[in-house]
Amino acid sequence: MSLSHLERLEAESIHILREVVAECEKPVMLYSIGKDSAVMLHLAQKAFFPGKLPFPLLHVDTTWKFREMIAFRNETARRIGAELLVHTNEEGLAQGITPFGAGSRTYTDVMKTEGLKQALNHYGFDAAFGGARRDEEKSRAKERVFSFRNAEHRWDPKNQRPEPWKLYNTRKKPGESIRVFPLSNWTEIDVWSYIAEQNIPVVPLYFAKPRPVVKRSGALIMVDDGRLPLEQGEVPEFKMVRFRTLGCYPLTGAVESEADTLDDIVTEMRESRSSERQGRLIDHDGAASMEKKKQEGYF
Amino acid sequence: MVSSPSSTRIKVDDPVLPDQKTLLRFITCGSVDDGKSSLIGRVLFESGSVPDDQLVTLDTDSKKFGTQGAALDYALLVDGLSAEREQGITIDVAYRYFATSKRSFIVADTPGHEQYTRNMATGASNADLAIILVDARKGILPQTRRHSLIVSMVGVKNVIVAVNKMDLVDYSPFVFQAIEHAYHDIAKTLNIPNVIVIPVSAVAGDNIAAPSARTPWYNGPSLIEYLETVDVQSNASDAGFAMPVQWVNRPDSSFRGYSGLIASGRISPGDAITIVPGGREAIIDRIVTFDGDRDQAMTGQSVTLTLDREVDISRGDVISTISEPVSASKVVSTQVLWMSAEPLDPQKSYLAKLATTTVSALVKAPDTVLDVENYQDKVVEKVGINAIFKTRVSFDRLIAVAPYNNNRDLGSFILIDRLSNEVVALGLVDGLIPSDLGKARTRVTLTSLPFRHDPLKRSLMKTSSFALGTLLLGFIMWPLSLKWPPALYGFAIAEIFFFLVHELLWARARWGLAGEVKFLSAGEGI
Ligand SMILES: Nc1nc2c(ncn2[C@@H]2O[C@H](COP(=O)(O)OP(=O)(O)O)[C@@H](O)[C@H]2O)c(=O)[nH]1
Ligand SMILES: [Mg+2]
Repeated sequence: MSLSHLERLEAESIHILREVVAECEKPVMLYSIGKDSAVMLHLAQKAFFPGKLPFPLLHVDTTWKFREMIAFRNETARRIGAELLVHTNEEGLAQGITPFGAGSRTYTDVMKTEGLKQALNHYGFDAAFGGARRDEEKSRAKERVFSFRNAEHRWDPKNQRPEPWKLYNTRKKPGESIRVFPLSNWTEIDVWSYIAEQNIPVVPLYFAKPRPVVKRSGALIMVDDGRLPLEQGEVPEFKMVRFRTLGCYPLTGAVESEADTLDDIVTEMRESRSSERQGRLIDHDGAASMEKKKQEGYF
Repeated sequence: MVSSPSSTRIKVDDPVLPDQKTLLRFITCGSVDDGKSSLIGRVLFESGSVPDDQLVTLDTDSKKFGTQGAALDYALLVDGLSAEREQGITIDVAYRYFATSKRSFIVADTPGHEQYTRNMATGASNADLAIILVDARKGILPQTRRHSLIVSMVGVKNVIVAVNKMDLVDYSPFVFQAIEHAYHDIAKTLNIPNVIVIPVSAVAGDNIAAPSARTPWYNGPSLIEYLETVDVQSNASDAGFAMPVQWVNRPDSSFRGYSGLIASGRISPGDAITIVPGGREAIIDRIVTFDGDRDQAMTGQSVTLTLDREVDISRGDVISTISEPVSASKVVSTQVLWMSAEPLDPQKSYLAKLATTTVSALVKAPDTVLDVENYQDKVVEKVGINAIFKTRVSFDRLIAVAPYNNNRDLGSFILIDRLSNEVVALGLVDGLIPSDLGKARTRVTLTSLPFRHDPLKRSLMKTSSFALGTLLLGFIMWPLSLKWPPALYGFAIAEIFFFLVHELLWARARWGLAGEVKFLSAGEGI
């Protein structure tokens, strides 16, 4: 008898989580509330059971997340008894940076990338877990499980450390830090299959429901609160939609779908002909945009 | 990897449920421009793994960077870094994920440039299978030989030689057969047990998903068909139990567990274990998981074990079965791939990370390195980047270690430069070299009756052995004391001494406690 595909992935991810806790001084888990974070958190609970998480959760809040995400975040931290740190780039807020006007490019830089760096520097974390998967995007496919960042949090894709077998070199100089991706080898379908198998709670936005949306440059944007400036003649319409990926609501496109159970979602995904990141507006700025963002310190 | 029982019952045409599918990890390697990235791109495309929006991007990218004119350039599905797209080469390993109805696959597309050999080796270390590409027009190149060597060195047992660009040699069977012959010689020299040679064209799609009409002289399977059905044996599961302790889980004073990923074997509560190095012993109490305690755990699982007594165990120690304990050594014979531009310095103390232990290590400078052209030894002055050689590595203390062929997790290591923190080499353990200092405690097995926990039998045996000893002493002392009464004091002293020795000996015997009967010979500790 040998382990199934999901059992193997689970055991390897737990190994990665424990390796960081054993070798790094001050780890943190970047908790972005989505399905990948849900799986990563569940794996961490398994890795350190019966103890609680030996590190806090950090959420970089841009203030533009879906309301249901924030409610779910607080509920999750309470349910598992984890320490939750929430950081917002106050300077960015003060400068009045929003997902509109200034354009999504500066917004992501300031509110997400800068916000993240501020929080990491502020608390002095030397290792940060992230839920990114290699199947998400081409430059992610090239990233190591342990991804080194210099003191400026920059990634040097041409000079990554070899990572043979399960041997991770966690040594770093003062100021340097590591981003660690325990879900590197998981695919979107693995994540959903695992959520279904393990009964992991996820944000209800992943399930189809009639929601108020407007159509913008081909994407369905949900009107989550009164802050979304409606253009002339734009009227929110109720449509049966769900989200494949979650982020800031003005930048995250919904898909029309009837899938309101985990089984339906898995079935829909198997038949799907488009990739999950299609709904994320920030990736479309150019073929290499994710690689550039990552070099600058984005997760 | 043997397919799980539930999946073997399913008819081949039925899709296997994702949680029961087996996983095959493979790499593509070979020289620059042999078509590795194109082949992977093609395989992704043929297996229906490329989403529509990525196909649209591919179409625009192909026109901008593509090497195939207006046609789709499948390599661009894989080469993701901007430098790679601009230069049309692969720099770092790209991991891609796809599934067919029968298996899930993780493929690592590795760079062909000699400069990036370390990235290729990283990909190979975790692979079950390697696809080695050969350009039909060029035949076998030095890089084909180098990659084959690394593949065989890290223990990949299955190789597919994809003779690519058959479209450019008019699908000639003679070109193909010449390469096939030449490669079988390499496989023989390197002891690669399972080799298949397939004629393909990544660009035209021949023999990728289905047999091609343009190669009627080839009767073997298509590439995807072979990947779906090849039987890759998982290693080490029948070896004795060994788990390198990764982390000691102590949430509060009432719980102390040892967490790790099982490197080999199986374990159940009640099994007798020993800690390597050191030889302390204990019994497994529980196998603790988030989903409840388990009756058994096996190779590849991440678990937390608790023991029946307090034992001093820390990260780097290995929990191992008493019946087949892992060995410990300070000095090992190894095979090393040097990955740093900085040459090997035999005076320098490197850090070696082996399983969960990190120790200081000295690496002997070898007299020769392997010549990748002919796999013969070649004399060198200095060991530079990409050199492959055999040498001896000495650690600053005794650690649990096993030959790579017996136990991958306990037989592989990396060397780290203390100052730059760079990974300078990867290595595999060939064998353990006994050193005087490294001599572990000798263990003498008196008998091997599998006695389970039985305190009554133990007490009876203990009483009997004590009575027998006292009786013997009495037989000697009795006639003496008759002649000379003060000898009775001597008898009393001898009895006390005997009691002490008797207790000490029994304390070392497992007999009747649990597990197997073992005696340790006293005194030879390390
Ligand atoms: N005609 C033809 N060209 C090919 C074939 N496979 C790859 N190529 C071309 O060979 C060049 C190198 O391919 P690439 O996949 O980048 O090679 P890599 O360096 O091994 O990854 C590109 O121009 C490909 O389009 C093939 O089967 N037939
Ligand atoms: Mg390539």
